[in-house]
Amino acid sequence: MDNIHERYERQIALPQLGEAGQRKLLSAKILVVGAGGLGCPALQYLAGAGVGTIGIIDDDIVSLNNLHRQLLYSTEDIGFSKATIAAKKIAALNPAINIYTYNTRLINAQALQLFPLYDIVLDCTDNFATRYLVNDACALLKKTLVFGAVNRFEGQVAIFNHCQAGNDMPSNYRDLFPVPPGEGEVMNCAEAGVLGVLPGIIGTMMANETIKLITGIGLPLVNKILLLNLLNYQQAIIDIQHGEAGAANLPLDETSFLHKDYIPACNPPSVFSIGRERLFELLEDPQTLLVDVRELHETPSITQLPFIQIPISCLQENFDKFEKDTIILFCQSGKRSLQAAAILTEKFGDKKKIFSLQNGVTDITGPVY
Amino acid sequence: MKTTIHFYGQLTDITQASVLEMNDVPDTDSLLKNLMAQYPGLGQVKFTIAVNNSLVQNNTPLKPDTIIALMPPFSGG
Repeated sequence: MDNIHERYERQIALPQLGEAGQRKLLSAKILVVGAGGLGCPALQYLAGAGVGTIGIIDDDIVSLNNLHRQLLYSTEDIGFSKATIAAKKIAALNPAINIYTYNTRLINAQALQLFPLYDIVLDCTDNFATRYLVNDACALLKKTLVFGAVNRFEGQVAIFNHCQAGNDMPSNYRDLFPVPPGEGEVMNCAEAGVLGVLPGIIGTMMANETIKLITGIGLPLVNKILLLNLLNYQQAIIDIQHGEAGAANLPLDETSFLHKDYIPACNPPSVFSIGRERLFELLEDPQTLLVDVRELHETPSITQLPFIQIPISCLQENFDKFEKDTIILFCQSGKRSLQAAAILTEKFGDKKKIFSLQNGVTDITGPVY
Repeated sequence: MKTTIHFYGQLTDITQASVLEMNDVPDTDSLLKNLMAQYPGLGQVKFTIAVNNSLVQNNTPLKPDTIIALMPPFSGG
């Protein structure tokens, strides 16, 4: 066990932070959603600063094309779970902190279970679907959200849903953009490119905002968004008022949140993720077939609806079993069914309508309370 | 009466400039109409508008020497 005073002496020496601030950091619980370009630097600085409990959620693995910006990972980590490797690296940096890892893609039900365990959530994700999911869960749970996003040479940092005394109308991401962009409304979604140092800077600013919120120093970007261009340092801090448009598009309660579809805007156009509501609509048509693509031994087993089992590992040999016009695929989390949907779409083209159930079995079994 | 418009993100792909000046624009609706006429591509993409660093949802009158920011959503991380 190292000497706490020695480890943190350079920040305890800051009169604005001091021992009281350090104690606040040590007792803080922070959840970092996404351990990629933004998550890596945020995790490093939060661990370094002595944030006592850090949660990391990410379902991705380290790839070679991540390494120009995700500097927590090494070439030898390629193919391994980001959450697991990130936890190992920051535990080596600061063994005194508690780290919890979640090797899954965040889904609605899990957000409601996980977020209440933490004081602040950091949105370090890389897609609109998860960003809206995180925003809505935080608004519903009145959980402070530190938001960061990047594109090419530019970044955005903001603090949403900060429900503290004196902030009766906390703004959220839907006050900026009430609904997610449709197909074609954001350019070059997958191929926009990003300069490696950009998420390094923006993720570090997210850690900075988090530390300011925990310790109560400075002026955190509450109800504001910072825009920063690294090419010319053009920047602006925009005030965001919470308004009708933002409020009207938030789910009203936990039940409506659990049934909400957060559909990736950049999906291949032929593959459609659907949620529980659309599932039951489609099943009213007798030409709809529900297919479990999980392996045969996986649980929970489904009793609520008629379906057939074709594990994704045996998909190629069983194309003849997809006899109906509309196919709805499901798995545990919605990830394998999306892969299966891509394979089937390639096979059947326009001849069949192929759908993937977004949240997996929970969309069939109903919300988990 | 001068209005300065700052474009963020990939909006600059459409405008080919990060800053633009316009004269005698009475309000944000007129500003958008002028911009759409000059850069039809702006009609295809999503962005939000801030007047003097404050987000606006509805048509807003513009005073002299106003700075406008047009900001698209970013998803990258």
